[in-house]
Amino acid sequence: MKVSLAVEVAGIQMKNPVMPASGTFGYGEEYAPYIDLNNLGAIVTKGLSLRPKAGNPTPRITETVSGMLNAIGLQNVGVDAFIEHKMPFLRELNTPVIANFFGNTLDEYGEVARRLDAIPELAGVELNISCPNVKQGGIVFGTDPKAAFDAVNVVRKNLRKPLIVKLTPNVTDITEIARAAEDAGADALSCINTITGMAIDVRTRRPKIANRTGGLSGPAIRPVAVRMVHQVVQAVKIPVIGVGGISTAEDALEFLIAGASAVQVGTANFVDPDAMQKVIDGLERFCLEEGIGDIRTLIGSLEGQ
Amino acid sequence: MPNFKTRILANQEIAPGYWRMRIQAPGAVAACRPGQFLMFRVQLSLLPLLRRPFGIFRTGFQPSDVDGLPPVEYLEILYKVVGQGTAMMSELHQGDRVEILSPLGRGFDPGQPGREKILVGGGIGLVPLFMLAEQLVADSKVRLLMGGRTRDDIIAITEFERLGVETYTSTEDGSLGEQGLVTDVLEKKLDQVADAEVFACGPMPMLEAVHRICSRHGVPLQVSLEALMACGVGACLGCVVKGAGHSDENPRYLCTCKEGPVFRSEQLDWSRLEKTDSFCEGCKQ
Repeated sequence: MKVSLAVEVAGIQMKNPVMPASGTFGYGEEYAPYIDLNNLGAIVTKGLSLRPKAGNPTPRITETVSGMLNAIGLQNVGVDAFIEHKMPFLRELNTPVIANFFGNTLDEYGEVARRLDAIPELAGVELNISCPNVKQGGIVFGTDPKAAFDAVNVVRKNLRKPLIVKLTPNVTDITEIARAAEDAGADALSCINTITGMAIDVRTRRPKIANRTGGLSGPAIRPVAVRMVHQVVQAVKIPVIGVGGISTAEDALEFLIAGASAVQVGTANFVDPDAMQKVIDGLERFCLEEGIGDIRTLIGSLEGQ
Repeated sequence: MPNFKTRILANQEIAPGYWRMRIQAPGAVAACRPGQFLMFRVQLSLLPLLRRPFGIFRTGFQPSDVDGLPPVEYLEILYKVVGQGTAMMSELHQGDRVEILSPLGRGFDPGQPGREKILVGGGIGLVPLFMLAEQLVADSKVRLLMGGRTRDDIIAITEFERLGVETYTSTEDGSLGEQGLVTDVLEKKLDQVADAEVFACGPMPMLEAVHRICSRHGVPLQVSLEALMACGVGACLGCVVKGAGHSDENPRYLCTCKEGPVFRSEQLDWSRLEKTDSFCEGCKQ
């Protein structure tokens, strides 16, 4: 029996539904010695801003139970350096490349979108309106439906490529933001970004990361992410990419069955550079074992609703 | 060999709280350069989640258990039990399966042949200096200045001596060697030696003092840093340090795992490095 793992998200054809979560995979080249990038469904690069961004003071990360807390602060090379120095490597790959980006203002969102739209080899973009670790650069646009609409709207006006909008879980009702993004022209949504958290060193009585709070990621957040993907899938018509604590094929299957059309693997890449390959292999094995010829038949197959 | 599953050849406590682990690692001898590090996955389960970075102490060959088979290639780490991860590591035994990402990072530049080399180690910070010493003794006089709080913190000294390295020890409580700080010993040595290069690894306050002393004497210094890191390959950006010329307006961060862990001292902004960070191997882990 031959199994098809191929999926399509927002018009982007992927050989399988597995891609890295932005911010956990650099610009692709960092992991090239460890994993065959051409085996991935897509590559999602580190979030870009109009100008290079230095990020937050250290310490920036700390480990928590089955998770990690980070406040990197969106350190990145900036969109122009990305085009000049990172795209030459990425354009040689036989895998769709999706550039994640953010802005400080609506104008910046529009400007970065315009510059990314001009790169023919980019399959699509992922708009970050959800980073919890910087004052500007996302969260203000991601927590209010009106602001989310405006951010997606300005990007849509400057972009012909497929547009994925990454949502924050740090809201009372994620479906409101999801609908606002859809109304403003998003082609797909990815959910979720990290959950705001805090860890304290009990001896020094100081926060364990310099930013005081950070984004919680890793297996600890997976049930929250599955719940939110399930909610968002019910609320919108556009495809949803599931992300949050995926490190095995079974984790990925939970999201697909909940209705996600594809998945992103994040923190697990740090733990095991081979994590995504193992997820892909595991999905194929699962389909073979279950007699499933096309993985798309699993999407949204949740029973007992 | 970058990411591989392998097995532990030996794991022994060598001083109270300090452990030496020998790990089978085909290709390690040719692949590892002095100053490089590895990421060690403590368990294949989720606790602890992240790998732990350790400086590579040495590489080598040991005879095979089975007659007629070629020698087994290994690498060794020395670690101090300071947290959950290292405590779990100390429970591992010969034959246990482990996962390693190695070798990682940039190592030491051996400097000018013939020039005297002074290595300064603080506690477990001595780890990356051994492979360096092995390389440097081929063409230079090498001294090791080793400091710790008590005699328990002075490890592996005899192995340096076997290489022909002249060793000096100092402890803060005077329980072994000279009483005081290793940096006081360095100060005295540099007063006596006209032309030297210094290589250091240890706690951040020690490295800062070494930097001050070397600057005053006009002596080149390389330091091996360690930071908390998640990936070890330059993707997570969790392990950055402030580089020379850093300012709030023009921040300049260097990635410890990728651009380090060895830096020339002039690459770093010593006045602005995080005082709360601890860079010596094993700390906070």
